[in-house]
Amino acid sequence: MAEKINNRSALLNPFSKENPVIVQILGICSVLAVTAKLEPAIVMGISVTAVLAFSNVIISLLRNTIPTNIRIIVQLVVVAGLVVIVDQLLKAFAYDASKQLSVFIGLIITNCILMGRLEAFAMANKPWPSFLDGVGNGIGYGIILVIVGFIRELFGSGTLLGYQVIPQAAYEAGYVNNGLMILPPMALIVVACIIWVHRSGNKELQEN
Amino acid sequence: MTLNKQSNIYTVIYIVVMVVVVGTALALTAMTLKPIQSRNVSADKMKQILASVHVTPEKDVIADFNSLIVEQYIIDSNGNKVEGNAFDVDVASQVKLDETERQLPVFVCQLPEDGSLKYILPMYGAGLWGPIWGYVAVNGDGKTIYGAYFAHQGETPGLGAEIEKPAFSDQFNGKSLFSDDRFVPVAVLKKGLKPSEGQEYVDAISGGTITSTGVSNMIANSLSPYQQFLKTLND
Repeated sequence: MAEKINNRSALLNPFSKENPVIVQILGICSVLAVTAKLEPAIVMGISVTAVLAFSNVIISLLRNTIPTNIRIIVQLVVVAGLVVIVDQLLKAFAYDASKQLSVFIGLIITNCILMGRLEAFAMANKPWPSFLDGVGNGIGYGIILVIVGFIRELFGSGTLLGYQVIPQAAYEAGYVNNGLMILPPMALIVVACIIWVHRSGNKELQEN
Repeated sequence: MTLNKQSNIYTVIYIVVMVVVVGTALALTAMTLKPIQSRNVSADKMKQILASVHVTPEKDVIADFNSLIVEQYIIDSNGNKVEGNAFDVDVASQVKLDETERQLPVFVCQLPEDGSLKYILPMYGAGLWGPIWGYVAVNGDGKTIYGAYFAHQGETPGLGAEIEKPAFSDQFNGKSLFSDDRFVPVAVLKKGLKPSEGQEYVDAISGGTITSTGVSNMIANSLSPYQQFLKTLND
């Protein structure tokens, strides 16, 4: 259950070899939900990174005091508390962004990557490596969100970050946006393609 | 004495302390940020009201709102003015009441370009995942729509959420709410569906059928009690 590794790999491994989304297949539900457009995908990636890093640090500081039988409850309370604070801060200082994300911020609480990292890493490691692990996993998750969001918004709506990218001339020549791209099933297919490409380049991840 | 971390007493005390600490932290955050948040909320509401008359405030929303909105009042379903502050009316709870019991806010906007008056009426309804709301600006003749603005809490991005885009709301410009002096709300219809007689309609959003139907119902339900008021504008 517990893993002990050095700081460098705590930060860098989640980018590729231990990527939470494409290797551990965690947090898939939010990948489906927030990637129809690129912008919410980016803000979601940043928010998850922040919450994950700080909840990792808090749980790591508390790790020797937490009674084993209620550890999941303690982890959830810490995560939920942080998410509410992030939500309140966004409402006060970035009202437009918080309006756009609305339910997605609350969804961070149910993101299995958080529980996974808290349980597997923060419960067994010191605060600093836990912080790096949180940042690393948050970014690893964010990268996949951005890639999927990029592909889905480009082909589904013909825009990127809300700006028209595919020229009007293409539509006049008969090009049509792919409506399937903005529906959730396509997120799964895109993620599967990313996993395929990623595994074909990493021998040790391939199963016989 | 060593502390037994697995004992029930330790666990219970741990939980109580944790709940108190987290509860206090959340309460403090909420209380300190409350004034900034409510200012944001009312500034945002003003921005939405102005969006229905195609005005995008540059910097100071509140100043723009106060200069453009020349009058705001509450009416009843007979078109008579009643006491109260129109801006503070909670449209969400009003739309659930019987039409004759509702308090109906009206924001009168005078456009700087030609000095014409637009009457902005709030709307509130249900989408697929949560509430949707909006504002409709009616021309001085009380019949045609000058502009509309829609917003939602959590409709699906790329599908139902498209109602907040001008591409959708601009379809309402110039549509009529009356046919032969009879009130017929503008409908939101899927391609191929026929509107009822004399009814004007706009195209629904593909893949956002439930949200589109929600918009349609919201317009009908929210604007229907304004009929008498709109007719008096006519004269």
